[in-house]
Amino acid sequence: MLKRKARKAMAETSTLISPEHQEFLRQVRLEKTRIRFTQVLILVISFGLWEIFARANIVDSFITSQPTRVLKTIFSLYEEGVLFHHIGITCLETVIGFVLGTLLGTVIAIILWWSEFLSKVLEPYLVVLNSLPKIALGPVFIVWIGAGPAAIIVMTLAISLIVTVLEVLNGFLSIDKEKIKLVQTFGGTKFQVLTKVLLPASFPTIINALKINVGLSWVGVIVGEFLVSKAGLGYLIVYGGQVFKLDLVMTSVIILGVAAALMYQGVVYLEKVLVKNK
Amino acid sequence: MVEVHNVSMKYHSLNGEITALQNINFSVQAGEFVSIVGPSGCGKSTLLSIISGLLAPTGGTVLLGGEKVAGTSSKIGYMLQKDHLLDWRTIFENVMLGPEIRKTVTAEVKERALHLLQTYGLYEFRHKYPAQLSGGMRQRVALIRTLMTSPEILLLDEAFSALDYQTRLAVNDDIYAIIKRENKTAILVTHDIAESISMADRVIVLSKRPGTVKQIYSLSLSIAPRTPLTSREAPEFRYYFQEIWKELDVHVEA
Ligand SMILES: Nc1ncnc2c1ncn2[C@@H]1O[C@H](COP(=O)(O)OP(=O)(O)OP(=O)(O)O)[C@@H](O)[C@H]1O
Ligand SMILES: [Mg+2]
Repeated sequence: MLKRKARKAMAETSTLISPEHQEFLRQVRLEKTRIRFTQVLILVISFGLWEIFARANIVDSFITSQPTRVLKTIFSLYEEGVLFHHIGITCLETVIGFVLGTLLGTVIAIILWWSEFLSKVLEPYLVVLNSLPKIALGPVFIVWIGAGPAAIIVMTLAISLIVTVLEVLNGFLSIDKEKIKLVQTFGGTKFQVLTKVLLPASFPTIINALKINVGLSWVGVIVGEFLVSKAGLGYLIVYGGQVFKLDLVMTSVIILGVAAALMYQGVVYLEKVLVKNK
Repeated sequence: MVEVHNVSMKYHSLNGEITALQNINFSVQAGEFVSIVGPSGCGKSTLLSIISGLLAPTGGTVLLGGEKVAGTSSKIGYMLQKDHLLDWRTIFENVMLGPEIRKTVTAEVKERALHLLQTYGLYEFRHKYPAQLSGGMRQRVALIRTLMTSPEILLLDEAFSALDYQTRLAVNDDIYAIIKRENKTAILVTHDIAESISMADRVIVLSKRPGTVKQIYSLSLSIAPRTPLTSREAPEFRYYFQEIWKELDVHVEA
């Protein structure tokens, strides 16, 4: 958004840019290129060293794997036709996890805002649930829900839900009381306070919760897959570890990193689109 | 138009009971502009909330055009201390908030909104967001938002106190002109004695808590045409200022 504005401003004034300003812009661009270059360099060097050390037997490639073997593993997973199956399942579980976590969390926050009595009654329970390491509940979910994707999604919900509720509720409560009074001066109902002021004003908070939930959801999904699943990147990691196929473990971790980064970027992009009029 | 009879208000909290207002009596005629001044915490905002029907008094009654107030009414437009424009809505959408809430949006009402924006020099800004407007313009938008539901009586609770001094003088003039032009009855709460005199036909002075009516001044300023700015030039201005100042009995506590 900001970038686009700046570019527009630049375009508008480009005909009358002073030499000093041109020099300044050139410097900015140069600095950017240097940063990008160094970033790529670090990546290339670390993978390069990893490969070299493995080939020279400085490290045991049986334990550390090596880039070429990772590529080979990706390729053979692809040949077997299971590569996208595993990636797809994990991504799907993650997306369902953070979308559901954010929506459900917002709905619960609305209910708690609506009924002050309920929110006061539930406060100590929320505090306890919030501080409980939710991963401890994993075995409970498996017993209750059965070993499958449902248990994995419930695991991710357990991790992200309470945080979302607290975050969004806090957002609601921090909104200027006078804005609520404004709606009331027009004879507005509580529901109108919610739709005209609370929800739109909390939109950035909710999007922020969504962003945090993307990260939490990955944790939930991977832990869930460690515990129960028959497919997915978390399953590949655990399976690879058990049968000592470190190639498979490393490959899965790298794919996981790429997928998580892409998904986060996607959400950041979504945020830009949604809050463009800010 | 507005009659306030023996209104009292007590707030209850864990620390005890606060009597904010005690036996308030006054009335406002149609088309009149009345200012209310009083020390901080004497219950001015409480009084406006009671007149608007947002708050039920613990004693006494308020009549609007002869009818007892029970709950908010479209006869009343309430302007709060800050403009409270919603920053995710455009100027036009902000102005339409009242009709939206009252579910009275029609093509005619939209037309009226555009007309008011046009009249008060905000038409070009109708698709802009509040952040792009100056403080004075925002205040004008807030007034138009209040006018959109066609209230007969305007309540202004320190509606200008968030503005810097020069903007405030200009906005005083602006808003005064709009209120006179739209032929509205107005009650203005303010801390600023000069502002209260410059705009009003009468000034009601409240005592410190529990707020009671201490004195009511009917102003007659020999100046024409009368605007908030020219009022300040009137020979009587200083006199009223002195009187109200004495009545307010302001002490600076060490
Ligand atoms: N909801 C409330 N609960 C308890 N006490 C309240 C409440 N609202 C106001 N009061 C108290 O009632 C008194 C009058 O408050 P009010 O806001 O009406 O005063 P005010 O004259 O508008 O003050 P200011 O000039 O500072 O705006 C104050 O002492 C305040 O502490
Ligand atoms: Mg007040």
